[in-house]
Amino acid sequence: MEHYLSLFVRSIFIENMALAFFLGMCTFLAVSKKVKTSMGLGVAVIVVLGISVPANQIIYFNLLAPGALDWAGFPDADLSFLGFITFIGVIAALVQILEMILDKYFPALYQALGIFLPLITVNCAIFGGVSFMVQREYNLLESAVYGVGSGIGWTLAIVALAGIREKMKYSDVPDGLRGLGITFITAGLMALGFMSFSGIQL
Amino acid sequence: MAKSSELKEVLTSPVVSNNPIALQILGVCSALAVTATLQNAVVMTLAVLFVTAFSNLFISSIRNYIPNSVRIIVQMAIIASLVIVVDQALKAFAFGISKQLSVYVGLIITNCIVMGRAEAFAMKNKPFPSFMDGIGNGLGYGLILVLVGAVRELFGSGALFGIEILPLISNGGWYQSNGLLLLPPSAFFIIGGVIWAIRTIRPEQVEPKE
Repeated sequence: MEHYLSLFVRSIFIENMALAFFLGMCTFLAVSKKVKTSMGLGVAVIVVLGISVPANQIIYFNLLAPGALDWAGFPDADLSFLGFITFIGVIAALVQILEMILDKYFPALYQALGIFLPLITVNCAIFGGVSFMVQREYNLLESAVYGVGSGIGWTLAIVALAGIREKMKYSDVPDGLRGLGITFITAGLMALGFMSFSGIQL
Repeated sequence: MAKSSELKEVLTSPVVSNNPIALQILGVCSALAVTATLQNAVVMTLAVLFVTAFSNLFISSIRNYIPNSVRIIVQMAIIASLVIVVDQALKAFAFGISKQLSVYVGLIITNCIVMGRAEAFAMKNKPFPSFMDGIGNGLGYGLILVLVGAVRELFGSGALFGIEILPLISNGGWYQSNGLLLLPPSAFFIIGGVIWAIRTIRPEQVEPKE
């Protein structure tokens, strides 16, 4: 239990997707103008990461990893080179399915997340989470904890950045830096802040 | 002649005036994470250049046959196959670098430059101009990456491509290395500075006040 708890905390703070690994940066910088929209996107990312990391874990370690096809009588098969194309296929399909389910059963939530869901397929945070899961060889439960945790971490970061940007409307930024430039620098300062977690061993 | 000047425009405009990172906010993830040394930045640039150029070429050549509703999946399949080629090639010929780049090679798939250009340019234009657009955007991306990589490696560890340029104090030289530049957040500050520089030279890119 303690192991999972520390994995959870680590994936939120110490190995923050956005501010320690710089994943999902495109959306992180582009959709962080308002706290409300970034919150919606964040929830969608948590859901998709929480489902797609364990789903890909099952597929990778039962079908693609070296020697994983032992049960089917192919002990020497190594399909790991198909990893990337499988992951992106699974993520795209999951996002599509999730969209349909939400549309049918939770129309209110669908309305709220609507436009962000298709965007998530190309959010590198999702793909990055899956790749890290493969690289670190998490088991099923670990991968579920890691998926949800890193989703929460990403949400935390984008909401915080959106909050800062809302306040920044009232400040006088030099012309050339206004918009994207100052957002980069703000995100850099936030990343520096998050680095203070990096010495913590859990 | 008009044709060739148009092609030149397609090739050169993404490099400075319509830079993918500085203006279009595309492909920022890898720009930050792999620029600690110049060598990684160059390898990453070549990989992205290859993938954008060829994915644009292939997508553009079959653009009239892709049904609109499944175009994202088709684009993804083409891009993912190209990235697998790059990944396998790196693992075979440059294993050390491929280890250092870790997951970021795979992340070229979700690099918005590739998707963005496929969607915005290759779906609407002929194969050859699309190929040029891919190279142009790859170069624009590479310019920023190499610039950031050079600054970080030169001032962070006093070297370029691993060759010592500014002798460090710890090695008996005079240069006190700037440790901040080796840390990932410094890439944010450098890119922010680059954007500031580009927009000072080209004031038409300055964003309007809200």
